[in-house]
Amino acid sequence: MSVPAAEAARADHDARWQRILDSVALRQPDRMPVALYATFWLARYGGISCRELMYDYGKCAELSERAILEFEPDAYSPMLFASACGPALETIGFKQLQWPGHGVGDNQPYQYLDREYMKADEYDEFIFDPTGFYLHTYLPRVASAFEGFEELPNFPGLHYMRLVSGIRPFGEPKVRAALDKVIKAADEVGRFGKHNADFNQRMASLGYPLTNGVTSVSPYDFIADYFRGARGMMTDLFRHKDKLLQALEKSTIWLLRQTVRQAQASGNSIVLIPIHWAPDNFMSDQQFRTFWWPPFRKMMLGMIDAGLVPMPLWEADCTKRLEIIRDVPAGKCIYWFERTDMVKAFEVLGDVVALRGNLSASLMTTGKPAEVDVEVRRLAEQVFHKGGKLILDAAFGVPDETPVENVRAMFQAARKYAG
Amino acid sequence: MNASTDEEKQLVEWLADMREEEALALANKMLLEQHVDPLRVLELCRNAMDIVGKRFQGGEYFLPELVLAGEMLDKIGALAKPLIQQAPGASPKKLGRVLIGTVHGDLHDIGKNIVTFMLDINGFEVRDIGIDVPVKTFIDEVASFKPAVLGLSGFLTLAFDSMKETIEAIEAAGLRGDLKIMIGGGQIDDAVRVYTGADAFGTTAIHAVSLCKDWLGVAA
Repeated sequence: MSVPAAEAARADHDARWQRILDSVALRQPDRMPVALYATFWLARYGGISCRELMYDYGKCAELSERAILEFEPDAYSPMLFASACGPALETIGFKQLQWPGHGVGDNQPYQYLDREYMKADEYDEFIFDPTGFYLHTYLPRVASAFEGFEELPNFPGLHYMRLVSGIRPFGEPKVRAALDKVIKAADEVGRFGKHNADFNQRMASLGYPLTNGVTSVSPYDFIADYFRGARGMMTDLFRHKDKLLQALEKSTIWLLRQTVRQAQASGNSIVLIPIHWAPDNFMSDQQFRTFWWPPFRKMMLGMIDAGLVPMPLWEADCTKRLEIIRDVPAGKCIYWFERTDMVKAFEVLGDVVALRGNLSASLMTTGKPAEVDVEVRRLAEQVFHKGGKLILDAAFGVPDETPVENVRAMFQAARKYAG
Repeated sequence: MNASTDEEKQLVEWLADMREEEALALANKMLLEQHVDPLRVLELCRNAMDIVGKRFQGGEYFLPELVLAGEMLDKIGALAKPLIQQAPGASPKKLGRVLIGTVHGDLHDIGKNIVTFMLDINGFEVRDIGIDVPVKTFIDEVASFKPAVLGLSGFLTLAFDSMKETIEAIEAAGLRGDLKIMIGGGQIDDAVRVYTGADAFGTTAIHAVSLCKDWLGVAA
């Protein structure tokens, strides 16, 4: 790239990123920003299988770049990281997902397996010594590379001569084998990470910023999705209320620490937090106020204090939660809504947070470009032009089955109706 | 028959109020110590589930209460059923048959399970054929079970095409006839209903129950 071209790309990058930052700070940007969030849609876009997308770093990068250059989004999601994770999952022996070649067909996206990964009677161990619980119990349970870690010593209590004798388990065959596998997996993840970093650097040099450097999880969803499973979590609200509250309080601390550390290392202040268990239908107002919202709010405030921008993606319809989730400092967050009516969200939250979304999945996959145009126009007129700091996107990014002409229509309409 | 003794009323109340420990202890005592007719205890459980269903429909209860209620019912059922000595009398008349499953390619089942539970406690005979159900299985089950209503569930956007294929195949097999088809799931709306050719859609279990009641001419 020539020097003037590089300078122009840098200026484009900065202008795009500024649109996002202006929206966050509740300043009107020069035009309505549009984000491109894609995962397995890239397979359709490039005419390859989901399996190829997951396993071929080069192809995934090529298609991601092609899409970004075609649509010229103001920010793009970490596409490689979300898609090309097949080799990493395989070497880790990841058990919580089914992916092409591992439980689902070559043309299907990966799917999470809702299971009880921590039993109810393991709360005490989880709360007392989370690291020990991870090493001895959780990691071998969710990823086969770690099978053998059950034999590791209990680290608290290893001191002085106990430290000397206590490290013997590292020599056990099962532990050695597990360490070998984990090192191999780490090498693969290192390659994966380098592809990601190289791609992001290249996109930055071409003028395109990332929507977010890292993702995180709310404390409630963390326990529900990754430990207790849906059924276990819902019954814990009655059977193990106090232990659940303790686990939420404790995990809030380490989730916040980890999120801040990773986000700061990524150099991107925005943190995407997909939200699974907040929807109106999933729990009562009282349950939401008791279990779900306080630890998440605490986590968001911690992130804001660290200079980060929380970007929760409120899945499904969260209309009844809007008044509650208003309780955050103004100009610090992006709230991405999936099925919550965006006009209503703007009315309740427009003076507090930037908004993102939300062309419906059905419109994107089964609608016509003209219908996409009408919906973008409605959002531009009823939200952006009324002062809403809207970052246009589909409801949870571009659905995998979306015809490419509908994605084109989304970007074209955004420029047509909002700059 | 409604609960008549104080103890019976107490069991219904504790079950309906999610007081699991007390309810299970009382059910245990009634069955094992007092030798109350297990069919009577199961009837009390159904009364309690009616209340739970109404509270859910009224917006007082949500998914966690339905899941816990289902588990309490299962536990009491496991205790009561082996104690039933005589053949049960005529079981309560069911309102109609509903076949339900998650379409192929989709492994999600939380929504489907809740719909199954709500239809069951509302008096429908429900056959739940699981997740990732191939088109052919739906056809075979429609042919053999002869449901009045077919419920297709799916959480992912890939389910749109799976639902469309399933419905087209049912039509091609000559099984659509009077069969009503409802679709449901996190991404489902009227545009998806039109795309798939279903008769109706819903995004909540309450909606599924009212659709089935409407179709079968049952007063809500």
